[in-house]
Amino acid sequence: MTTTQQPTTLDPDESVSSNTMTRAERLAGLVQRRGSIVVLALVVLIASVSFDAFPTIDNAQNIAIQSSFLAIVALGMTFVIISGGIDLSVGSVYALGGVLAAYGIQFGSLVGLLLPLVVCGAIGLLNGVLVAYGRLAPFIVTLATLLGARGLLLAITDEGSTTRLMDREDWLTQLGQGTFLGLGIPVWITIGLFAVGVVVLQRTRFGHSTLAIGGSREAAALMGLPVARNTMLLYVGSGMLAGLAGALAAAYSASGVTIVGEGLELDAIAAVVIGGTLLTGGAGTVGGTLAGVLLLRVIQNVINQVGTLSSHYQSVVSGAFLAVVVAVQSYLSRAHLRGGKR
Amino acid sequence: MTEVVAAPRANAGTRAWLRDNGVYAAIVVLVAYNLIFTENFATMANLSTQLVQVAPVLIVALGMALVIGTEGVDLSVGSVMAIAAAILPLYLGYGVLPAVLLALVAGGLCGALNGTLVAVVGIQPIVATLALLVGGRGLALVFADGQMTVIQNDSLLGLGTGELLGLPVIVWLAAALAALVWLLVRYTTFGRQLVAIGGNRSASALAGLPVRRVLMTTYVISGVLAAVAGIVATARLTASDPSAIGNLYELSAITAVVVGGTPLSGGRVRILGTVAGAVLMQMITATLIKHNLPDSTAQMVQAAIIVLAVYLQRSRAGGGQ
Repeated sequence: MTTTQQPTTLDPDESVSSNTMTRAERLAGLVQRRGSIVVLALVVLIASVSFDAFPTIDNAQNIAIQSSFLAIVALGMTFVIISGGIDLSVGSVYALGGVLAAYGIQFGSLVGLLLPLVVCGAIGLLNGVLVAYGRLAPFIVTLATLLGARGLLLAITDEGSTTRLMDREDWLTQLGQGTFLGLGIPVWITIGLFAVGVVVLQRTRFGHSTLAIGGSREAAALMGLPVARNTMLLYVGSGMLAGLAGALAAAYSASGVTIVGEGLELDAIAAVVIGGTLLTGGAGTVGGTLAGVLLLRVIQNVINQVGTLSSHYQSVVSGAFLAVVVAVQSYLSRAHLRGGKR
Repeated sequence: MTEVVAAPRANAGTRAWLRDNGVYAAIVVLVAYNLIFTENFATMANLSTQLVQVAPVLIVALGMALVIGTEGVDLSVGSVMAIAAAILPLYLGYGVLPAVLLALVAGGLCGALNGTLVAVVGIQPIVATLALLVGGRGLALVFADGQMTVIQNDSLLGLGTGELLGLPVIVWLAAALAALVWLLVRYTTFGRQLVAIGGNRSASALAGLPVRRVLMTTYVISGVLAAVAGIVATARLTASDPSAIGNLYELSAITAVVVGGTPLSGGRVRILGTVAGAVLMQMITATLIKHNLPDSTAQMVQAAIIVLAVYLQRSRAGGGQ
């Protein structure tokens, strides 16, 4: 996927340096933005050679559907992180979305789909208002809504003791379980959302503003961009996407499970960072995030293939991977900075 | 987390007072409420139950307060607790002291890893410690082979059940550690350097402060304290359960620190406030439960209190100064 550059030059030196970038700097930038895709290709290649059960259509479908729910959450997270923020509430909101879908479906399929979107969007709105207009730290605001959304979930499930089932014949349930051209419908929805995400980030004023805000909030405000409104909308989007992902996951399992989503925010952040989006904001790609999600899920799948390895190694590998990726990123961006000063 | 300077507010004084003392005021109000409306509140048994429950969170929060003072955050503490808990039963055969020491060393090593990533490699603290949060629990489960191990060592169990002068040993331990960290922040060169680095890292570096060493030490302290909490939690549970011990402790610890008035933007460490923050959050949960309000309400109330606490802190950059 094409890379996204900062649309507006905030630093007067930057336009000069970008024209006179050395080959090493360009390489560094390329690794930063495309590294995850290259590593993903390598891991897939090695896994395909090593394990007979890996390169099968069944397994690919499996990985695709398992990736889709996390990918939808990570898409919203990508935009939030590009703007220099963070959304820790998505795991709870995801769980809430699933429970709300299973709760709402008794009043009709459409209610089952809309209820999670509206409520989770409202939680995102609360995050957004507090961050954008209240000027509170995103980390702590979304930490609070992480707790609050989990509380709300418990409140509507009799303290977590009720798990509502979804009718398998219902079209909303089919949205999770159905397949089209061999791939699960959630996978198609994910692909569609990512396509929209790429366009929004690269081709719209909203996307460009998001990048500018992440680069420098003050500069973006001075340029007259609607910083607060834009920031607020990012959190609304993140909440809605997390709710949608939860609703789809609930439909996939035909039940609103209350204990899902714990730690999902961390997986999503990890995927975004592995995908080359800087946590400091101002730069990132939607495609990289997709590669990051797939990478996490492929690693998980490969560790399951190695029968002798305990499944606990999965998180060890994910954690180590995350550390290595950010270490390399940090090294590259410093090399980049040094280059810029020449 | 940069703040645009807002126009001074008329009620800045009230707000500043609330920010600095709100947590103590809230505790006073809650105690008064409970004395009047809650049965069996002012009993020694209830008091020590509450304090025992606070102890592990508080021990973790002490390290967290230091890390947040450097403008960092340590998300890995819960996983470090699990690692310490997983290591204990492996070496209890050699005696309780070697096992505890090894668990503490493991915590220190985890802290050193975080410190290296933050101070030497230059990674943002959130991501650096996120890596260990994700990987650490897996590692703990690998150490323990995914099993829960029942602890049968009497001296370790004594830590969980023992009493000294009418209060549980765990509470004394937490209090002693709090006093130690308070002294560290207030009266040592390290403490002053830590606050200076949190206030302005590049200025501190220019002033010749050993930025890397101080940051590294801070994360190591946080790791060791998390290991202590892991040991305490194991002793209380009478079992080493690496899949459950320390879960979400990073959030409770951050909450205690923030509610206690330490700003996330660094440059200020309030140990007494952190102690009060941990006690307050425990009291709120206990009060709600005592009055038969469900867990869900407790979580939503906690969420509201966190937002209120950061809202009050916000005025520091605006009206306060």
